[in-house]
Amino acid sequence: MKKNIWINIGFQVGALVLALLITTLILVAVGAPPLKAYLSILHGALGSTSNVVAVLITWSPLLLTTAGVLITFSAGLWNIGMEGQMTVGAIFATGMLRMLQNSSLPPAVIIILGILAGVVGGAFWASLTGALKTFGGVNEIFGGLGLNFVATALTIYLVFGPWKRPGVGSMSGTQPFDERLWLPTLPGTGLSLWSLGISVLVIVIVYLLLRGTQFGLRLKAVGKNSKAAFLMGVPTWQYSMFAFLLCGAFAGLAGGIQVLGIYHRLLPNISNGYGFLGLLVAMLVNYQALWAAPIAFLFAALNIGSVQLQIQYKLDSSFAGVLQDMLVLLVLLGEGARQTFMKKR
Amino acid sequence: MDTNTLLVGLAGVLATAAPVLFAVIGETITERAGIINLSLNGTVLLSAMGGFMVAYKTDSVLLGFLAGMVIGMLVALVIAFSSITLKQSQVAVGFVLALACRDLAYFLGVPVLNQSGPRLPGLSIPFLKDIPVLGTLFFKQDLITYFSYLIIFLAWWWIFHTRPGLMLRGIGERPAAAFVRGANVNRLRYLYAAIGGAIAGLAGPAYSLSVKAGWMGIQSGLDGIGWIALSITIFGGWNPLRAAFGAYLFALLQWLGLVLQSKLPGVPTQVLQVAPFPLMILTLLLVNISDAEWVERILAAMPERPRRWMMKLLRTLRASPPASLGVPFDSE
Repeated sequence: MKKNIWINIGFQVGALVLALLITTLILVAVGAPPLKAYLSILHGALGSTSNVVAVLITWSPLLLTTAGVLITFSAGLWNIGMEGQMTVGAIFATGMLRMLQNSSLPPAVIIILGILAGVVGGAFWASLTGALKTFGGVNEIFGGLGLNFVATALTIYLVFGPWKRPGVGSMSGTQPFDERLWLPTLPGTGLSLWSLGISVLVIVIVYLLLRGTQFGLRLKAVGKNSKAAFLMGVPTWQYSMFAFLLCGAFAGLAGGIQVLGIYHRLLPNISNGYGFLGLLVAMLVNYQALWAAPIAFLFAALNIGSVQLQIQYKLDSSFAGVLQDMLVLLVLLGEGARQTFMKKR
Repeated sequence: MDTNTLLVGLAGVLATAAPVLFAVIGETITERAGIINLSLNGTVLLSAMGGFMVAYKTDSVLLGFLAGMVIGMLVALVIAFSSITLKQSQVAVGFVLALACRDLAYFLGVPVLNQSGPRLPGLSIPFLKDIPVLGTLFFKQDLITYFSYLIIFLAWWWIFHTRPGLMLRGIGERPAAAFVRGANVNRLRYLYAAIGGAIAGLAGPAYSLSVKAGWMGIQSGLDGIGWIALSITIFGGWNPLRAAFGAYLFALLQWLGLVLQSKLPGVPTQVLQVAPFPLMILTLLLVNISDAEWVERILAAMPERPRRWMMKLLRTLRASPPASLGVPFDSE
């Protein structure tokens, strides 16, 4: 048993080393000094307080999308539509704020209503994917993906159309909200402890939900073998639908926080790839909630750190994506290699 | 719009459909063998960038297309290896590869970003081009577009009218039966994944060296095409002819969108650009809906005449995947 653990660790370390080797070769191929590039990412992520704060700001929405996708993965579903769910969450939150910003309600109430609207928006958009899957037989990958593009178009339509700034609409988004409607942040930084606290709370709840409740157990049963679960009396499609709603709610929450806590307006590409990144994090931690938080932090650090790469070496910041994708790919392959190798022996 | 403008427009539709066709036909062949190559969106982007880069450096369009095929084949082989040899989830690996290839394309493509490079010259076919209507429509294109006509029939003939094609269908439907008949299921799956990947790898250069010449990174507007191609494969019912119909229909609707846009200046460009996606969901809905329980119940409650009519319609639209699509095969 103990030997097995070491073999597992060996395969995982091997996968990480191989992934780094590949990305190093890629760096060499574009003529960048690899070691300096890695150091500059590290420095860009953790080199100063303001950089760490930036990582924490990125960590928060990523935790939410990861938490959401852990639920749908448990139910055996591929919720690729989180990008869209986050976007629609942001749209709903913006809509709510626009409606209430001139009312006499206290700002705190407007903020809470705005975030709740985001939650509802995300859940609504996810319910479309869920309904297409349950009642129309449309695979959730295609349903979700298609709806992602629709959500983006909707944002662009709103930003350039009905919600455009006084004057002319632009890619920089709608008119920023009044400062009293911003989610309170730590003085001098853009970091909101509210958003951080909510995100950590959500991932803890999801961890407990999946680990120690009957709901979690049944959800996993649906994911592992939905026919068997159905015969055991689990209402299968209701569980799938609920998983979509919950995941969409978390994604929508992330979208709402993007609007209220970070950008203070609606802008195109507000989901910023966090939906896809959440999927990658969940895959990298092998769908175990326990490791989701540190790995999400690592991914957030890579995102922020690679901005430096662009400034210092004029390398495209998509390198963070390359690094993240390769890590996940090699860990998946390494896991497969371990299973194949161990079985043969 | 006069007849000639219309003809030239429709000829443009045939050309813009070519890349989608390669992706769809490649995927159809791969899935017929029982393997899902979900990386298509990344494959298209990376082969577009790689194909253009190679053509730019070597000044050879031919090498550019070859590079695209090699890229498509390599990506497909990673999926084949992870699913056949390592028995991992094709969806997981394919999805990660879709993202990885996209990011790689953007990252590695910076040196050739917005450069002007070689592109495939037009090649009107003598005599045939002078046929009224048909000449303008079909025979004033470039080589890759002609090849796209050809690949539809080649794939169709191979899958449905040859012995190896019968085997190909066998390993996707009932691999155990094919194995008993002497087929080396896993080796054939590797082979067809590689071939399908190589054909799909033509899609990228068909954009970057012909339809939308050059590499414009994120501005290329190619992100999403691969997903559309995957859904056209489903719409096509894993039959190259029906799949080709889907690809042409898609290109036609895109063109109509462009025409429509000039009539509706108030609608932002980006909005009409996503029109294919709701359409994609709708077609998948039409193809799959006959399996839903509630549809059966409604059908049962209908009077005889309309029910028969409805069932016939649904059966025509319906498409069933190869029975062992995505299922690993173990001979033991």
